[in-house]
Amino acid sequence: MSSSRQYILDRVRAAKKDMLATTDPAGATERLQRHAVNLVPERGNLNKVAQLILFKEEAEKVNASVVQIGSADKIPEEVARFLKESNIPAKIKMAPRLKDLPWSSTLLETDSGVADGDDAVSVTAAFAGVAETGTLVTVSGPDTPTTLNFLPLTNIAVVESGKIYGNYEQAFAKLRQQNPGKQTPIDYMPRTLNFITGPSRSADIEQTLLLGAHGPQRLHIIIVDDELP
Amino acid sequence: MEPTSRNFHANINAALANPTLQQALGKLTRGFPVKRLEAAARLPEFEGLRDQARDIKNHVLANLDFYLEQFEMRVTDWGGQVHWAKDADEARQAILDICRKVDARTVTKSKSMIGEEIAINEFLEENGIEPIETDLGEYIIQLRKEPPSHIIAPAIHLSKEQVAETFFEAHKDLPEDRSLEEPRALLEEAREKLREKFIGADVGLTGANMLIAETGSNVLVTNEGNADLTYSLPRVHIVIASLEKIVPTLEDAATILRVLARSATGQEMSVYTTFCSGPKRPDDPDGPEEYHVILLDNGRTDLLGTEFQEMLRCIRCGACLNHCPVYKSIGGHAYGWVYSGPMGAVLIPSLIGMDEASHLPNASTLCGKCESVCPMRIPLPRMLRAWRKQQFTRKQSSGMSRLVLSLWAKMVKTPPVYRFVNRHVIGLLALCGRKSGRFRWLPLAGGWTTARDLPVPQGKTFMDLYRDGDGAAP
Repeated sequence: MSSSRQYILDRVRAAKKDMLATTDPAGATERLQRHAVNLVPERGNLNKVAQLILFKEEAEKVNASVVQIGSADKIPEEVARFLKESNIPAKIKMAPRLKDLPWSSTLLETDSGVADGDDAVSVTAAFAGVAETGTLVTVSGPDTPTTLNFLPLTNIAVVESGKIYGNYEQAFAKLRQQNPGKQTPIDYMPRTLNFITGPSRSADIEQTLLLGAHGPQRLHIIIVDDELP
Repeated sequence: MEPTSRNFHANINAALANPTLQQALGKLTRGFPVKRLEAAARLPEFEGLRDQARDIKNHVLANLDFYLEQFEMRVTDWGGQVHWAKDADEARQAILDICRKVDARTVTKSKSMIGEEIAINEFLEENGIEPIETDLGEYIIQLRKEPPSHIIAPAIHLSKEQVAETFFEAHKDLPEDRSLEEPRALLEEAREKLREKFIGADVGLTGANMLIAETGSNVLVTNEGNADLTYSLPRVHIVIASLEKIVPTLEDAATILRVLARSATGQEMSVYTTFCSGPKRPDDPDGPEEYHVILLDNGRTDLLGTEFQEMLRCIRCGACLNHCPVYKSIGGHAYGWVYSGPMGAVLIPSLIGMDEASHLPNASTLCGKCESVCPMRIPLPRMLRAWRKQQFTRKQSSGMSRLVLSLWAKMVKTPPVYRFVNRHVIGLLALCGRKSGRFRWLPLAGGWTTARDLPVPQGKTFMDLYRDGDGAAP
């Protein structure tokens, strides 16, 4: 296989002399280090208030439901309310990140950890929200397992309002700022970074749009003004 | 799959005579273009983003060796492994070796055009490993042993009744009297069936919408979430991607994501966009233990530095299919291989050879719609013409068409001759057809008159009218 590596690279290099654009290794190296932002749509650069409104509108447009609450302590109550209203059994699997919330104030049956095939409802914590398309950004890690986003039929996702940004690039910038001073990808890139825009869907059968193809059929987003404990 | 592009004419006739297909194509081509237009209208920066997306890929192709090595370095940093594959054989073998090493019995798969290209499913089956397609459309066509008929809507050619029939046939363990009349019931049955497969799979095989050199990540875009269950549950994640999928940075990926879904389905953003980097980290509670990327060439480096290089910008959104008058009439299967539409007509000859695919570059009216909607601004009509020119100069087209074209070329290069011939042919046609005003049949014009009448010319050429002053502006 290493000979194939050489073969491919040799062929790429041999073709360069006939190329339309000029090769520019210095420019390419700089591009990787600078990760400059390209054109960002105006609607991804609104003020904080307008941004929050846009986030909600866009998320609702893609069939998510959204509520905003003030205190993080009220999250369990909101989860219980949503499940009751949607006629879903009051049993959740949550991300360990949310374990410190006052769950005992509700009658919810709770557990935390990775999702298995039997979990019907997950409660997850997003790394960020992006207003331009109503997108949630989640990262994998010990406190935020990836499978919770995808296996249960209902996903309730918590996002702090201070972490709702205008555009994708701002979310990337926040990722890179996690370990100030350290700038190699190994310092900022999680194993899995997910952008989630609405609940799962498919139109593969006669182009009929159906929610809940493999991932969740319902996505309920709780925007919380407080920071999570 | 065995290409049938050679039988293009027979394939076309079959497609035109298939009412289910015709109905589906009508729906598809009325739906996607309208939604694309609406999404573009909501984003004033759309055209500017297309320019930048094009420039990003041009920059990558000009520095491809650098970016490939960067990408490999980052994947290795994570503890992943890059396998370089010259051709389909090497890619298949690399995948099989990884599967063998972990004693894999089942492999879940999220939709990958490269997977189709190297026919990985057949190969795994031959070697005693069960591949399971998990995209709903792909699952259906896998059960039916058919190739995809559209890049992003692989089962577009089927009715729900056909899907129900397929499920009754495949899921024998379920009650025979269950109702599968509604798409919802079909979706739920597939969801249930595939759930077991996701959880039991040893290896997850995905494609990649992009590979990011900065971070060594692969990007996966789906609406169903099947790719996410494919990479997160099994012990091993294998990514199969062709080498032109590289983009430099996360920011560059964001730019391409902004044009991808809008061009494909008219969504602002697909539901799930995922960036996977290496195997799971030491303290991660879930995710795969092994991460492999198969980097496939399979003829792509042949296109670098040629007039077909720009084809390597393609992000497989399917917009050119949805807008193509030829695709809209015949669907994807007629093209006879895994790709179709204008992008297929350009790409297939370069991947399986012109001998096999000689009809495809001619299956276009060169109306230019494909280029006008391509998010990466690929000059598809120019490349179709380039193939035709190559066929002509290499004498791959039929003797008759070459003779007629040579005569035609000689004539148009000598304007007095052209005008003389034109004037007399038109005069003659006008004379012959003056009674009915149309021709139902005309020698040498059967290709036109079998399907519709030819209107009779008015009697004078434009040049004559102009000279006589008849055509002067009022």
